[in-house]
Amino acid sequence: MHEMALCEGLLQSLEDQAQSQGFAKVHAVWLEIGALATVEPDALRFNFDIVMHGTLADSATLEIAEVDGHAWCMQCSTNVPVKRHGEGCPQCGSYQLQILDGQQIRIKQLEVA
Amino acid sequence: MCGICGCGDTQTLEDKAHPHDHAHAHDHDHAHHDHAHHDHDHDHPHDHDHHHHDEPQHAHAPGLTKTRMVQIEQDIMAKNQSYANANRAAFAARGLFVVNLVSSPGSGKTSLLVKTAEALKGELPLAVIEGDQQTGLDAARIAATGVAAWQINTGKGCHLDAHAVGHALEHLPPLQNGILFIENVGNLVCPAGFDLGEAHKVVILSTTEGEDKPLKYPDMFHASDLMILNKSDLLPYVDFDVEKAATYARQIHPRIKTLTLSARTGEGLDSWLTWLRTGATHARAVP
Repeated sequence: MHEMALCEGLLQSLEDQAQSQGFAKVHAVWLEIGALATVEPDALRFNFDIVMHGTLADSATLEIAEVDGHAWCMQCSTNVPVKRHGEGCPQCGSYQLQILDGQQIRIKQLEVA
Repeated sequence: MCGICGCGDTQTLEDKAHPHDHAHAHDHDHAHHDHAHHDHDHDHPHDHDHHHHDEPQHAHAPGLTKTRMVQIEQDIMAKNQSYANANRAAFAARGLFVVNLVSSPGSGKTSLLVKTAEALKGELPLAVIEGDQQTGLDAARIAATGVAAWQINTGKGCHLDAHAVGHALEHLPPLQNGILFIENVGNLVCPAGFDLGEAHKVVILSTTEGEDKPLKYPDMFHASDLMILNKSDLLPYVDFDVEKAATYARQIHPRIKTLTLSARTGEGLDSWLTWLRTGATHARAVP
């Protein structure tokens, strides 16, 4: 459900960028979504088409790159990749993890005209 | 009118839930402009074709058309974050300790708030922002204790966002050096992703739910600093394992604290009140 709100936020970002960067049409959007972001990529794709309909990004394609998060493992004293909450350190299995990143839902680039 | 964004207030607000009766001269009929937090009505998402491949100019090969690539690095939560940051600054200026209560529906958030309001109202300035899809019932329950409450109805929305909370503040009496409670929409998923400017998210899990909820809904337990296990009076009658729940929660969030209490009987309530008093003391603005 909140993927709809995220798409509306995305649309607003596109409209802001259209003003500041001088374009009228968005053909493609590249997003980077961290593994720990509170968003489901499939739900985002579904809502993207609906929200963008009739806007500057009508018919735009959405490319999503899903990337690992990272955490500091207090047992290993090292930076480790994290694919989901509650999985533990991939090296030692400890849950003593300090999440460093992976919660981002970031626009990386746009193809515009 | 929003002091931060200058927009019209877009949430449905129920005046009947308002505990005091001064006139509100807020105009909510401004011309609508595009806004990230509008409740757009998308009731019929299947009405149109999702596959718009009929546009002849739609080609993605750069060079063949007049398209160009624009590199940007922008988080799409940035808008909510900017409102949350503004709320946080406003809370700090007023010395407010702000907690965002999150849980599934029926865990006892409002009951806990009613008991908390009754216990602390003579001691600290308090106010409550209530979030529900519909009705002003929860704000009315809080208002009955004599504590100011404002209800936000999210309509189709599944969470409170920082923008709505910023507006709700305009409807509450000015609060200084006290505690503001924000009771989020009962939903263990979406509210996890929305910072409202609070000091802490507090997740409430009741003993009539499963102790494995931290594992099933990890985002919320990761976002929360305190877990309250409510309805402890029912422990003799249910299979809920308190230790397991706490272990699962720490598996998701190593530093999460756990308090076990019963809002109904008052058992264990003191440790929650102590946690709140400590937070309020630290948040207090130095005069």
